[in-house]
Amino acid sequence: MNELKRTPLYEEHLANKAKLIDFGGWEMPVQYVGVIDEHHAVRTKAGLFDVSHMGEIEVRGQDALEFIQMLITNDVSKLEDGRILYSPMCYPSGGIVDDLLVYRYNSQRFLIVVNASNADKDYAWILKQTDSFNVNVENVSDQYAQLALQGPLAETVLQRITELNLSQIKYYSFTHGNIDGISCLISRTGYTGEDGFEIYVTPDHSRQLWRKILEVGALEGVQPIGLGARDTLRFEARLPLYGNELGAEISPLEAGLGIFVKLDKVNFIGKEVILAQKEQGVPRKLVGLEMIERGIARSHYPLQKDGQEIGFVTSGSFSPTLNKNIALGLIKADLAIQGQILDVMIRGKAVKARIVPSLFYKREDQLKPKESSVVADKVLSSIA
Amino acid sequence: MNPVDLKYNKEHEYAKVEGNIITFGITDHAQKSLGDVVFVELPDVGATVTVGKSYGTVESVKAVSDISASVSGKVVEVNTSVMDTPDLLNSDPYGEGWLIKVEAEDLAPLESMMSVEEYETLLAQEEH
Repeated sequence: MNELKRTPLYEEHLANKAKLIDFGGWEMPVQYVGVIDEHHAVRTKAGLFDVSHMGEIEVRGQDALEFIQMLITNDVSKLEDGRILYSPMCYPSGGIVDDLLVYRYNSQRFLIVVNASNADKDYAWILKQTDSFNVNVENVSDQYAQLALQGPLAETVLQRITELNLSQIKYYSFTHGNIDGISCLISRTGYTGEDGFEIYVTPDHSRQLWRKILEVGALEGVQPIGLGARDTLRFEARLPLYGNELGAEISPLEAGLGIFVKLDKVNFIGKEVILAQKEQGVPRKLVGLEMIERGIARSHYPLQKDGQEIGFVTSGSFSPTLNKNIALGLIKADLAIQGQILDVMIRGKAVKARIVPSLFYKREDQLKPKESSVVADKVLSSIA
Repeated sequence: MNPVDLKYNKEHEYAKVEGNIITFGITDHAQKSLGDVVFVELPDVGATVTVGKSYGTVESVKAVSDISASVSGKVVEVNTSVMDTPDLLNSDPYGEGWLIKVEAEDLAPLESMMSVEEYETLLAQEEH
């Protein structure tokens, strides 16, 4: 077995008595006190995540904008400096290489943030596409630690240790500034369905920042959160996970990410296939499922209707917020009808579930309407 | 903290022996490793279980775990409370978190199970 990589916050996780697991080659905290407790902490207060395992790839050069425009399915041409764009990145087959965030410094400099388990694959893929472009692509993952502070109290807590006016950082925007005297890149983004920030910092300052945030948030009960709760949080908010809802054999249209695929762009990798799929109809659709009978649908369990296999579960869990067993499933598009009942095959036994709206959780205190949040809301409600 | 009057196995399951009625459950170590238990599937009263074979599942938020029978026999009682309130396995694995009671056909398999001392030695080794 290869040696697991550790983030610069590893010692902090040990000190906080985390249970550590192998996640995409990284030794990461899956939980500290318990998944359900941590889940509620983020929904009701705020929680601090170590997401230093995420990959960062910098694209610089004269053709940087055109290059990224070709690389991803979303339209980066309208993105302003200091703004962030979410997008799938596809193979020519229309399957998904990864989903990512694009941070625009200016038209000649972008930071692409990718999934930890895909970082090396993504870097190799991106590098391979550079041929006819005047760009320089660099894997800068080692230069960043990343902390995410997520939850309704995130802004209040973080504001205590920075002179930046955090209320000015809009959803899907970023800025540079000091937090507790440490130079950071701060973005109003996250993977929990809550308001919050993702903070990029050099590895050698990350422990100081981690401790400071927990210290100034102690009064409100801010606590460290592991990957277990990160998964249940993102799943309730229908934020897709690569390897579950997304993969090389799944197109962004099937995954319900159509709003992030701009087929009116001149060209991008995968466009032909995705366009044909759009015209001929998507073969499969992602649906929400609620268990009617006792059982928990888990990733990759088969889904059946009248004894015929019609798809599979992409993610499934007990939902701490709803106190129900719910799932997301990828099924034949013609069967993706609200209210329909189908069978989840749990260890060979058919257990009934109902198709329900897949946005299981949406926070009430949405940020003031803005261009990007409107887009984000739209995608969150555009899927069945 | 692990009761002295129970028998234990390597899968971190326990058996409580009262005559030929054996109560099955999972140990404190098992519930800690699993984390928050959110689902328990148990057989019905009257079903038969077979020594070493799975008779149900215990699921945490992240993991599915089979539970296996320490003896063969007929299920005479099922703890329906843990099916409705799975976190009893976390809060009281040796008390309210018991799983099923089985009328044993043969008590011999219990002899190969561990005493509390042996089980705690195993736990110490696993922690290394």
